[in-house]
Amino acid sequence: MRHDHIISAKQLSRADIEAVLDHAADIAADPSAYADRHADTLLGLLFFEPSTRTKMSFTAAMKRLGGDIVDMGSVESSSVKKGESLADTVRVVEGYADALVLRHPMEGSAKMASEFVDVPLVNAGDGAGQHPTQTLLDLYTIRENAGFDDLTIGIMGDLKYGRTVHSLAHALTNVDARQHFISPESLQLPRSVRYDLHQEGAEVREHTELETVLPELDVLYVTRIQRERFPDESEYREVAGQYQIDSETLDAAKDDLTVMHPLPRVDEIAHDVDDTEYATYFEQAHNGVPVRMALLDLLLEANR
Amino acid sequence: MSDDDQQLRVAKIRNGTVIDHITGGQALNVLAILGIDGTGGDSVSVAMNMPSDRLGKKDIVKVEGKELSQNEVDVLSLIAPAATINIVRDFEVIEKARVERPSAVEGILECPNHNCISTVDEPVESRFAVVDDGVRCEYCDTIIRDDLPAHILAD
Ligand SMILES: [Zn+2]
Repeated sequence: MRHDHIISAKQLSRADIEAVLDHAADIAADPSAYADRHADTLLGLLFFEPSTRTKMSFTAAMKRLGGDIVDMGSVESSSVKKGESLADTVRVVEGYADALVLRHPMEGSAKMASEFVDVPLVNAGDGAGQHPTQTLLDLYTIRENAGFDDLTIGIMGDLKYGRTVHSLAHALTNVDARQHFISPESLQLPRSVRYDLHQEGAEVREHTELETVLPELDVLYVTRIQRERFPDESEYREVAGQYQIDSETLDAAKDDLTVMHPLPRVDEIAHDVDDTEYATYFEQAHNGVPVRMALLDLLLEANR
Repeated sequence: MSDDDQQLRVAKIRNGTVIDHITGGQALNVLAILGIDGTGGDSVSVAMNMPSDRLGKKDIVKVEGKELSQNEVDVLSLIAPAATINIVRDFEVIEKARVERPSAVEGILECPNHNCISTVDEPVESRFAVVDDGVRCEYCDTIIRDDLPAHILAD
């Protein structure tokens, strides 16, 4: 890995992805071997919007590498509230930390912030833009459960605003997966993502119903359809209801289907799926720690 | 009718710029890019949808007293890729150049995505990569295909 900053899944080549996933697998096999690897390292956490899990996952990853975190705290109690620019904030905090993790509600924020700092910066989600570490843990989970060879994946739900989807779609082109996108028409992939997939020659199909494609899938990646995307409640309910799955829905699936979800879920995956062999979303969430450990380790080593 | 004859249809200028071979119908957008609305007092001539061997139909814009900046030429190239720019001094064309599509344009267009970091008060210029059929924000990836002049940043 020769990147200074991790901004977008688009920047990760197949070799980069394999390097992180292989390293994550090594770490997962023997985490104690890495326990002192980054003693004295401080990771700066800048979360401009609440995301408890992602923040905890990065915190756990850094601490399990022997390092520690410095945390900006909530935006309400910081100088950001007084109107400080993001460019200024990151320049100040880079003086306190060896690497930065940024979560920000605006698209392009991580890219911009990275132009102002010398320490490595990791994008932990920028608006509806990109979320590359989520993508890496998704890929890790996919590789562990379904492999990358001859992979057919369905990605379902809010494809328009779901940054995890955009990141993942880009990365999947690197492993030549067949991608099926299943969503209401109003929540189909945005133009820029279609453009990239087209440029990269990805094999992509779009559907409004899961039934037509479910039997072909090795992986079904479900995302949440958010209420606030719809002008009225009834419209939301009508659409969202069509994209819920339960164990009965999955009768039509392959026996070794892997069902994933970036979590938190609301009701798009019924609880009766949890006890089936298909359910992989909790494992997926747990994979966040070894994958982030691997990424941080590679980044910190490269920038030592 | 030769191109030279056509140019005569609109008044000759003493000093300034003649933009020729503008894609037919785009002349008013070219004026918008140049920030010319006639209130500046300089004389401006526009000819639209003139027959052209190369383009079928072309527009011509002549602006007295103005030479174009590189930024202006770059945006111009996006809506009028075949345009030629003639610098006129003392009624003579002293320089003739074709526009070239740049690989990126900076600080000229505003990103239409209101949730894009380049649209708020941060110390960066907007930056767009020029792609096959439009431009793409280097920060948020939003693609603009149509109506580029509507996205030109106000000074
Ligand atoms: Zn933008």
